[in-house]
Amino acid sequence: MFSPLAMSNPLQDSPDQYALRMVNIDKYFGLIRALTSINLDVGRNEIVGLIGDNGAGKSTIVKILTGVFPPTSGELYIAGRKVDFRRYNVQSAHRHGIETVYQDKSLGEKQVLWRNFFIGRQIVNRFGFIDVKKQKAIANDIMLNTIGFRGKGITVDSTVSQLSGGERQGIAIGRAMYFEADLIILDEPTVALSLKEVAKVINFVHKIKEAGKASIYISHSLPDVYEVCDRFVVLDRGEIGASISKKEITLKELDDFLLEYAHGRKDKAKQ
Amino acid sequence: MNSLKAAYRFLGRLEGFAIATVLLVLYLVLIMVAPAVFTRPMIYFSFLETVPPTLIAALGLTLVITAGEIDLSFPAVVSLSGFALAWGWKTFDPAYCAVIGVVLALAAGALVGYINGLMVARIGVPSIMATLAANFFWYGISILLAGGLQQTLRGSDENFVHELLVGRWFLGIPLQAVWSLVLAVFLWFILNRHKFGESVMFIGDNANVARVMGVNVEATRIRLFTLHGMIAAFSGIILTLNIGVFYPNQGNYLLPAMASVFVGGTSIAGGAGSIFGTFFGSYVIGSLEAGVVATTISGYWVQVVEGGVMAAVVVLNAATGKGDFASLFSRFRHNRGVQEFRSSGVQKDESVG
Repeated sequence: MFSPLAMSNPLQDSPDQYALRMVNIDKYFGLIRALTSINLDVGRNEIVGLIGDNGAGKSTIVKILTGVFPPTSGELYIAGRKVDFRRYNVQSAHRHGIETVYQDKSLGEKQVLWRNFFIGRQIVNRFGFIDVKKQKAIANDIMLNTIGFRGKGITVDSTVSQLSGGERQGIAIGRAMYFEADLIILDEPTVALSLKEVAKVINFVHKIKEAGKASIYISHSLPDVYEVCDRFVVLDRGEIGASISKKEITLKELDDFLLEYAHGRKDKAKQ
Repeated sequence: MNSLKAAYRFLGRLEGFAIATVLLVLYLVLIMVAPAVFTRPMIYFSFLETVPPTLIAALGLTLVITAGEIDLSFPAVVSLSGFALAWGWKTFDPAYCAVIGVVLALAAGALVGYINGLMVARIGVPSIMATLAANFFWYGISILLAGGLQQTLRGSDENFVHELLVGRWFLGIPLQAVWSLVLAVFLWFILNRHKFGESVMFIGDNANVARVMGVNVEATRIRLFTLHGMIAAFSGIILTLNIGVFYPNQGNYLLPAMASVFVGGTSIAGGAGSIFGTFFGSYVIGSLEAGVVATTISGYWVQVVEGGVMAAVVVLNAATGKGDFASLFSRFRHNRGVQEFRSSGVQKDESVG
């Protein structure tokens, strides 16, 4: 298959170290600078929380990573290999192990779960007919073993409309994990969910860590981010303001830091 | 009691079971009120001959509606394909004129469908507008080409293609009834077991989700309209061969075909379709008029009864979607939103067939 990734360069860092590296990424929309020299690394089994206000550039980063549009300049390495942006799009991002779980764009509501797991990559015979038995068996396996989905009468034959918001995210995450995603981008996965449902989603994110995969977790809710992430990257008006490891900071301190950070920014603006 | 419930649940999951029951009840009622007509087999053979053209078009329409689109142009395809058949018939050698005519008719249908698909998928015209315009346009072309005149298929009764498609089988069963059943089974597998059908369902459900998950939405839509064009052409072939005459204004069964799809339980909202619902629905719609006439009540009542039965069936579909009538009445009492009302009708998408 045609690969959008250039050959690995022996001089750069060991390909095993990072799932993803963004090096000096700039993005302009016309004259507006959305991202300024972003340097962001995500380790092979690291959950990185991306924190920032609306308009800080979080979704711009996601769109560059998932191949929706290329950056103006800068380099992107996936598993140590440099990405050629001229040949990088949503499909090739999938092929190279980057999957995104959106709040509401991931599942067909009226469709049964086993169809949702395999849409776009069905197991078919050479006439294009679906192997229903096999798909159901694998879907069942994902639900029980990959994401630990048990009970309450939900089976592979349930429709998505019967699931709660948190359960839906679980299905989308489980699907991404099954299809060998090395990096799962979770874009505000807990927006509009109740506390109980948020707890479920957090549980699913822990499964990503257990499975040895990497994730970028984007959320407004600091307690959620603190609970699941290994490292926090603060994004501020298109620049990376800080990168803090969870070991160095408590939730309270992180909260205070962000408040101070925002105040400092205001003071700066006043001067 | 439990086994009764289980049996009920199993039958409820069978695709088209509800509307098949309605069809059975309809015939029972007709047998009671018009025994002279409905206790003899002739009327049923007549249905098996007259319903298939509408049924075939409605089967294709079920797929289109499942994808969240609509195709109002198939009546024009029925006319255009009939013309293509008649033209091939009179132009070529009698030995193979029928085969050429059939191929030409199918090609005409595919062309019209393909152009519809391009308009909808590539240019982004809403399908209701694109196909409405197409219906006027291609009807016009058909009438123009035929010079407004009907054409007789000479010697059609002795032709083997005629025998094969609309001839009589054992006990005198019209073959078009058999072919339409074969088509229904085939399309059920396409919709429920084929990659293409699954794409159709996801596109009807939410085209953005389908796109994000790697379904080629545009190509699927174009293929879908092309397929429906060919199915409509097949309907036109059956109709024209059966009568042995092509009429430029033939194919006026847009509304009966749409009614068949909706009484069969397919939701206008898209995302789920019931092929066998449409199958039995077509026979309900197709039997109503003759049935009401046979009861010898005044002809003015025909449409009143037809409309009443259709309304009753779609209300029943919406109500039994979740298997409880109580919720139907509570909906009326509390005047809850239409959206909720609709979504409850969509529940029966997964079926045993």
